[in-house]
Amino acid sequence: MAMSIRNSASRRAMNQISNDFIGLRSMSSWWKSVEPAAKDPILGVTEAFLADHSPDKVNVGVGAYRDDNGKPVVLECVREAERRIAGNAFMEYLPMGGSVKMVEETLKLAYGDDSEFIKDKRVAAVQALSGTGACRLFADFQKRFCPGSQIYIPVPTWSNHHNIWRDAQVPQKTYHYYHPETKGLDFSALMDDVKNAPEGSFFLLHACAHNPTGVDPTEEQWREISQLFKKKRHFAFFDMAYQGFASGDPARDAKSIRIFLEDGHHIGISQSYAKNMGLYGQRVGCLSVLCDNEKQAVAVKSQLQQLGRPMYSNPPLHGAQIVSTILGDQELKSLWLKEVKIMADRIISMRTTLRESLENLGSPLSWEHVTKQIGMFCYSGLTPEQVDRLTREYHIYMTRNGRISMAGVTTGNVGYLANAIHEVTKSA
Amino acid sequence: MKTSDFSSSSSPSDRRIGALLRHLTAGTYFPASDNLSSVFASPTSGINGGSVFAHLVQAPEDPILGVTVAYNKDPSPIKLNLGVGAYRTEEGKPLVLNVVRKAEQQLINDKSRIKEYLPIVGLVEFNKLSAKLILGADSPAIRENRVTTVECLSGTGSLRVGGEFLAKHYHQKTIYITQPTWGNHPKIFTLAGLTVKTYRYYDPSTQGLNFQGLLEDLGAAPPGSIVLLHACAHNPTGVDPTIQQWEQIRKLMRSKGLMPFFDSAYQGFASGSLDTDAKPIRMFVADGGECLIAQSYAKNMGLYGERVGALSIVCKSAEVAVKVESQLKLVIRPMYSSPPIHGASIVAVILRDRNLFNEWTLELKAMADRIISMRKQLFEALRARGTPGDWSHIIKQIGMFTFTGLNPAQVSFMTKEYHIYMTSDGRISMAGLSSKTVPHLADSIHAAVTKAI
Repeated sequence: MAMSIRNSASRRAMNQISNDFIGLRSMSSWWKSVEPAAKDPILGVTEAFLADHSPDKVNVGVGAYRDDNGKPVVLECVREAERRIAGNAFMEYLPMGGSVKMVEETLKLAYGDDSEFIKDKRVAAVQALSGTGACRLFADFQKRFCPGSQIYIPVPTWSNHHNIWRDAQVPQKTYHYYHPETKGLDFSALMDDVKNAPEGSFFLLHACAHNPTGVDPTEEQWREISQLFKKKRHFAFFDMAYQGFASGDPARDAKSIRIFLEDGHHIGISQSYAKNMGLYGQRVGCLSVLCDNEKQAVAVKSQLQQLGRPMYSNPPLHGAQIVSTILGDQELKSLWLKEVKIMADRIISMRTTLRESLENLGSPLSWEHVTKQIGMFCYSGLTPEQVDRLTREYHIYMTRNGRISMAGVTTGNVGYLANAIHEVTKSA
Repeated sequence: MKTSDFSSSSSPSDRRIGALLRHLTAGTYFPASDNLSSVFASPTSGINGGSVFAHLVQAPEDPILGVTVAYNKDPSPIKLNLGVGAYRTEEGKPLVLNVVRKAEQQLINDKSRIKEYLPIVGLVEFNKLSAKLILGADSPAIRENRVTTVECLSGTGSLRVGGEFLAKHYHQKTIYITQPTWGNHPKIFTLAGLTVKTYRYYDPSTQGLNFQGLLEDLGAAPPGSIVLLHACAHNPTGVDPTIQQWEQIRKLMRSKGLMPFFDSAYQGFASGSLDTDAKPIRMFVADGGECLIAQSYAKNMGLYGERVGALSIVCKSAEVAVKVESQLKLVIRPMYSSPPIHGASIVAVILRDRNLFNEWTLELKAMADRIISMRKQLFEALRARGTPGDWSHIIKQIGMFTFTGLNPAQVSFMTKEYHIYMTSDGRISMAGLSSKTVPHLADSIHAAVTKAI
């Protein structure tokens, strides 16, 4: 019913009437009380870096690998896998548990090629959205099936761990881990916390290359931890985001897990291909839970799927195809192992160079921890104020806990970085 | 006998007792006395006992995805899968659109492409293009920067992220969903932290819309309640309101301050026209009010397994939209950190290129037309057989699915005797039919309806 209204006052009146009629809450938003959220402490660093126009800027913030030219890397084995996939595959839904082939290959990496647990079908496993997704699925699963339980998280840890278990509504406790004085592991305090936790507690362990400190227990220490876990009947949940990336040898990096398996623990594992296959944006990972027997594994897997279905129905296809293409092909798998070792070796060499540079500058502090720590990150010991100075004066970006992503260090910028660190710490 | 004895016992029933005892005391993980410590039979040590999760029972198969599982197990050469809504060609094969293949090639050939983490909100270009696609390129809401769009994992992911956002920040925690609706809707919103209620939608006696019931139920909903609306091609019924009915729904909802949450999984797929299928959403946005929109590219771009979708929240002001986006990031980060890059990149390549976009609309129309033709053929086939009943709903309903009106017993009969797989609510995916298989389906419907079951 169109009416032509020539008079603007009448038009306003009409609008008012029709608004009243429709009852629009015209002036206020439902969301006006929504507070702007704080920036993510890690991802916010890269945002700030991108906004900086200085030619000297250095990004040692987020943990994504860079080559010696500071460029992101797509592995050759990944490029080749993509060439094989493009144009050849349908894009149908994966099953709820994800790509069976991808999961099979992934379990072999964690549990061992000849693992009896895999042979006996005792591992319940589903494809997950990288490490985050695997941890979240486990947290939701823990909440649903062990509702009285809580999770023990190391101090410090990847900040998103706290968000994950919080959103899953699992209460959190912490355990000692990093020793600021030695910039190493606070082993005795860790063991005390493990001992004092109520029996049957759930613990989050970083399998290798602890994020953010780079401090890992020694093999001996892992054995002791495992024994104490047995006494206390604790549940060990391993977050393994850096297998292969830490030492260059995937089997070696899975040692902590293998020790626990040997000792008879029924563990859970989150695995990610973000770093070790450079598949960051593809979001590929796997969650597994070792069970008593095949029947239980089937039940657990079905329940994990029930948690994934209302979150995203089934996991994304492309990244899983890349992983199964690579790991399912002898040549590509060898190529991958070579490329992972190259990445790990470059990082290890940057650690050496950074430490030597600082020592050569005559730094009054010890930088031994730079080469003792392992993996992508170095917990430098820099204070938030020193980090702020690095950013303000030198355009060097890192998280305020002093975590340096060694992957962002190159032969081109290591001198600049060492010099800047020396400048802000020499009077410390 | 201590509980630990139960758990380490080799007798299954003893172990079950142990599991039960553990379960019962699950709330008390801090034993005061030594007696209780024996209740916690070893959760992890394989030596002393079983898993902490030993008490789990196997979950039932997902009712929709379980259909395909059962279909795959069937060795019959005449089996027909009309379960999950994935498009099939006349030859019964999955389809990857030409434009998608072209986009794939473009991405492969672009050596400068990196696969690093997307931002938490996903691929920004994809987000902008998705908002334009659903709201219209000339939408004032977009021009005024009042829309925040985040890339999510297809429709499911968009609904879940939207639901969790609402549970955290919206003052009303109840969402009304249609009766019936897609089986995953209630689970998504429940796990998101909302309370799920239903409103009348489908009228079995007319196999059409129960419009009166819908208006009554929405009219009775507490002000501010969230209402899930299927933008087009209602799943599972295929019954959509007319434009006039949509206008009435809009007026009613705005008068009660009900929050619209659109699920748009079939834009372009229903009528063959992207704009036509987006009309109900655009009507709501045009009145200046707020709403949420979940978009999926699973069907209309055939990107099913790549999990591509977008959640848009249309706000009153640009300032609010910025705050909303920042809070959406806090929902996403602990769920999966950032969304997958591949599918969204394909979509962006297609939507940004005029030629590819046009080509896409043609391929989309071809899919929609084939489905409409299957509807006609099935209707004709039933008429030719003189199958009792009014089957006109087959051609009146729209989109991928037909709500046949068959009951679970009839469905079960059709599966057993004719190897035809569908969900037990009688929903068939028209996309799974071809000219060759229509007769077989018509025969089985005829048999199911005429047989005294």
